[in-house]
Amino acid sequence: MLLAQSIDFWEILLVIVYLGIIGYLGWLGYHRTRTATDYLLAGRGTHPFVMATSYGATFISTSAIVGFGGVAALFGMSLLWLVFLNIFVGIFLAFVFLGGPTRRLGHRLNAHTFPELLGRRYQSRFIQILAGAIIFAFIPLYAGAVLIGGTEFIAARFEIDYHAALAVFTVVTAAYVVAGGLKGVMYTEAFQGTIMFIGMLILLGYGYHLVGGVSAGHRQLSELAPLVPPALQDMGHNGWTAFPAFGFGEPGYDLWWVVVSTITLGVGIGVLAQPQLVVRFMTVKSRQQLNRGVLIGGLFIFVTPGTAYVVGSLSNAYFVKHGDLLTGRVVETLDHEKGQVVLQLTRRDDSGQWVDIEGKQVPAVLDRSENSGSESVSAAADPSIVRGRGIALVYAAGNSDQIIPTYITHAMPSWFGLLFLLTLLAAAMSTLASQFHALGTSISRDVYEQLTGSSGGSIGVNRIGIILGIILAGVIAYHARGGYIIARATAIFFGLCSSAFLPAYIGGLFFKRMTRAAAIASMITGFVVTAFWLLLVKATEAEAIGLVQYLTNGKSSILAEYPNWPVVDPIVVALPLSCLAALGVSLLTRPPDQAHINRCFR
Amino acid sequence: MLGLDDSNVLAGYLLCIGAVLLCVIYGLITWNRGAEDTDADDVRWAAEEKEVEEEFS
Repeated sequence: MLLAQSIDFWEILLVIVYLGIIGYLGWLGYHRTRTATDYLLAGRGTHPFVMATSYGATFISTSAIVGFGGVAALFGMSLLWLVFLNIFVGIFLAFVFLGGPTRRLGHRLNAHTFPELLGRRYQSRFIQILAGAIIFAFIPLYAGAVLIGGTEFIAARFEIDYHAALAVFTVVTAAYVVAGGLKGVMYTEAFQGTIMFIGMLILLGYGYHLVGGVSAGHRQLSELAPLVPPALQDMGHNGWTAFPAFGFGEPGYDLWWVVVSTITLGVGIGVLAQPQLVVRFMTVKSRQQLNRGVLIGGLFIFVTPGTAYVVGSLSNAYFVKHGDLLTGRVVETLDHEKGQVVLQLTRRDDSGQWVDIEGKQVPAVLDRSENSGSESVSAAADPSIVRGRGIALVYAAGNSDQIIPTYITHAMPSWFGLLFLLTLLAAAMSTLASQFHALGTSISRDVYEQLTGSSGGSIGVNRIGIILGIILAGVIAYHARGGYIIARATAIFFGLCSSAFLPAYIGGLFFKRMTRAAAIASMITGFVVTAFWLLLVKATEAEAIGLVQYLTNGKSSILAEYPNWPVVDPIVVALPLSCLAALGVSLLTRPPDQAHINRCFR
Repeated sequence: MLGLDDSNVLAGYLLCIGAVLLCVIYGLITWNRGAEDTDADDVRWAAEEKEVEEEFS
């Protein structure tokens, strides 16, 4: 179906009004003093609501809402630990302990990008160039994940082809990014953050309402534990309201390591070293703004990803009660009393007989209502044909990234679908703008200018870098789909930033004894170990890249015979080694120049 | 409690609420603390940042 045929008048009008407001706020930004820097120049600070909401809008994207929301539908409410880390680490620790020192150090050293902050703190062009190159090379992966998140929703909402939806979404967001989003007009981002907050708050309330409330909804979800697909049960999935089985050395503990190491730690800790977020601290006027921002930022993060993960999990309880009826034969009874079975899905052939759909056995709850549209079933000659409803993954065609879009389309009123579309547009635009701003300055100011020693042509390099980044993100979104790719791609970028940058960043802020050699050693260790792990150990990623199969005659990991290692996230190995490298080399090398340290920490 | 029997998931749920309460309480207590005057470094940084914004945006 063509997109134009799928959208009604109100949908077009609402999107145009939204884009008009964004355009107006952007225009104001060009003609008045509306960026954080403008406020600083005027000796004032931005309003804490504007500061914290724009930070939150940059932090939380379609990746969190659609990608991680879908992962919550798959793995359950154990993902709430990630929300806790998002609030406690991403807001509280970041604002209270890192924000002030980052701002002071950045201003004293006159640093304007994250790589420049590291480079000037350690008096090293190499550090600035290395950090800039890593950001430039890998941020398109995260941007691709953000694009996939928005695209999955547009494809589901308007029932159009994924690739057509991707083209539309990429063009709209790229136009915004290039036309004005890079400028970081705080009112625009605050407006986008406000839409996200309102949209997700309504979703949270309605999501609990649909399953009968908080406790009732959780209990219904607990009762669905037998419906966990066998492949996930084998990995240690104990149900959507239970933590996965913990241990090491057995395949039955794989899911715990996926949930804790990749999903929770990778993203939960990695937020501290996100280049596009760190630079925000330099634009605040005082510690007071950060203190006030903690309150608003904490609430924002609680509502936005918190809603996505809770509603994602609850979507299973919704679909087994209200999903479209499935027709099939019972091949296994899981719980007779609750009517939980494994259904072999069937369809009518040309002669009207029920035949199995190959490869379609799904967990389901039998429909026991009297008038469940059973006429077509009773009309069948085969009395073994029954009807039931499946878990969320069944309705999302086995792709967890489609669960939230499918849920919104099925469960929520039509008007909310429009609001959610704007919510996702806002979430994607604000994050993409900051990502491409970081990408552009990395390749121009941090790599090109440092390598050539000149700023001539830097703007052109910046523009070309951004265009290349957008194209690369689009190509990633075009080819990579399924297998909770949004969450995995996001986790790779967050984990890489954490392992490569966090020790150098934290050490640079707080430890005068941290040396240039130590920073370089920790960055190289973090990057190399992460790359090694992704290329040769972590099975899903290594298999997709293909090098490990070439080197090991077809194995998916060099540790394929050692259970759990192939699912452990690189951050578990790379970050400790990176920290050890920072510590060890600092102790073995001469202390930094005292005059420079005095300048940094006076 | 809250319909959640698994202590680890319940702990995650309560920690989320606890963390947001911590943020709210901290924000309220420190609402008027930490005001700082702009110094020469801040002004120099902001002036150059404006140039960077104009150049790259």
